[in-house]
Amino acid sequence: MDAPATALVERTFREHSRRAVAVLTRLLGDIDAAEEAVQDAFVTALARWPADGVPPSPPGWIITTARNRAIDRLRREGTRTERHVQAALLHDVTSPPQEEGPVVDDRLRMVFTCCHPALSVPAQVALTLRLLGGLTTAEIAAAFLVPEPTMAQRLVRAKAKIRDARIPYRVPTEAELPDRLPAVLSVVYLVFTEGYAASAGEELVRGELCAEAVRLGRLLAELMPDEPEVAGLLALMLLTESRRPARTSAGGDLVLLADQDRTRWDTELITEGQELVRRCLRRNRPGPYQLQAAIAAVHSDAATAAATDWGQVLALYDQLMALAPSPVVALNRAVAVAEVAGPAAGLEFVERLDLPRHHLLPAVRADLLRRLGRREEAVDAYDAALALTGNERERAFLRRRRDELTADPQSLEA
Amino acid sequence: MPQYLLNIIQPAGQVPPPEVLEPVMRDVATLNEEMRAAGVWVFAAGLHQPEASTVVRPDGLVTDGPYAEAAEFIGGFDVIEAADLDEALAWTRKLTGVLGLPVELRPVATTF
Repeated sequence: MDAPATALVERTFREHSRRAVAVLTRLLGDIDAAEEAVQDAFVTALARWPADGVPPSPPGWIITTARNRAIDRLRREGTRTERHVQAALLHDVTSPPQEEGPVVDDRLRMVFTCCHPALSVPAQVALTLRLLGGLTTAEIAAAFLVPEPTMAQRLVRAKAKIRDARIPYRVPTEAELPDRLPAVLSVVYLVFTEGYAASAGEELVRGELCAEAVRLGRLLAELMPDEPEVAGLLALMLLTESRRPARTSAGGDLVLLADQDRTRWDTELITEGQELVRRCLRRNRPGPYQLQAAIAAVHSDAATAAATDWGQVLALYDQLMALAPSPVVALNRAVAVAEVAGPAAGLEFVERLDLPRHHLLPAVRADLLRRLGRREEAVDAYDAALALTGNERERAFLRRRRDELTADPQSLEA
Repeated sequence: MPQYLLNIIQPAGQVPPPEVLEPVMRDVATLNEEMRAAGVWVFAAGLHQPEASTVVRPDGLVTDGPYAEAAEFIGGFDVIEAADLDEALAWTRKLTGVLGLPVELRPVATTF
């Protein structure tokens, strides 16, 4: 066994298998067949490269071999009813695949197919992680805390729907893009937030989800350089990710933004995120992701919590409310109001919100009541928040805050 | 060319009065004309209420009414030919827009 050749097969697989699947999907018109053909090609590479030497262009060799394997397979398995379909396929396949520019387009086609609104959101997320992120079914299952067979089934069903309902494998036109892009962005952001709201015990897998979401964000930004919301999403993820080292204490407890040791923030991610925010806002086509990124950028500008430009944060939340109003945005805006105009003003907005079953509303309410010295009401609100959150770290944090109130009346002044 | 079935989903129990129904039916007819002109139209029909249906079972038993009581039923349908789901979705959006009712879009698996 030639160890360097084997290692190169592995590296080629890591770096190029997803592109290869995307190209082959275009050629074959079927994701399963494409995955199988690419798998075949890598198995062949493992046998051949150590013996025959490494080809000059490993990814090119993989795509060509996968294409040939697919033709062989179609010939072998050709049934009467599908014969003419396959004839058409063979015709397409024999035209040489272009391995430079259009390869990028194939991955973009794949993004839009995976995130087609005709698929359920969990299916969109699973497909995107599998086909663009290159995660295994087992890894996706672990990340979303579902049994592996359940996730495998979800992927099989989604691919069957793509095939049977003929979800097209193409990039939407300029006119369709406003309808289609938000689904793509929300899938990537969902992967990110799922990773960021880490629950204890799942930390490693979950951190990997954030890294994967950032990788997908970078890929999208590279594939769609003219979409400011794509850059906005990437910036938002980078700026959020930059706080990860400060977000938990040495003991694993949750640390709020106001209490974080800002020297532990990742300055490289902040610089990159802020630069992206500046660049996309200059286009003057603001969107929800850009505005959230801009808010994160204001926070990352402040060396201490006290130095935060809350006026700026509030102005950005006002813009966000105008553009994409939601109870969660309104709640965050109320927090900014409390910083600008005091906890009583913030509480006034919070009391008007209707956000059933969401633990953040009672949590924010509890904090404002605590700052206003309304201890009993604050304790009740912490209890309400505790009843609504399942995340152990957040529960520990809420319990700590509540216990401080019941144990030490002095802490009211904090 | 792939075919799709557009099922018009109607809530049970309410039949709109003629003054509401007539302009809607006119718009549906116009849309079907548009489908024909575009070469996508295969077949379309509006159905009587489920109360008018009869069920025949493999053992020869004939019974009155729908096989199950439901809150919604298929009030009518269109069959169209479209290159892919996006093209079929565009027509489905038009149909649901004209009717003000949800429409289920299903790919045809086999034709006989």
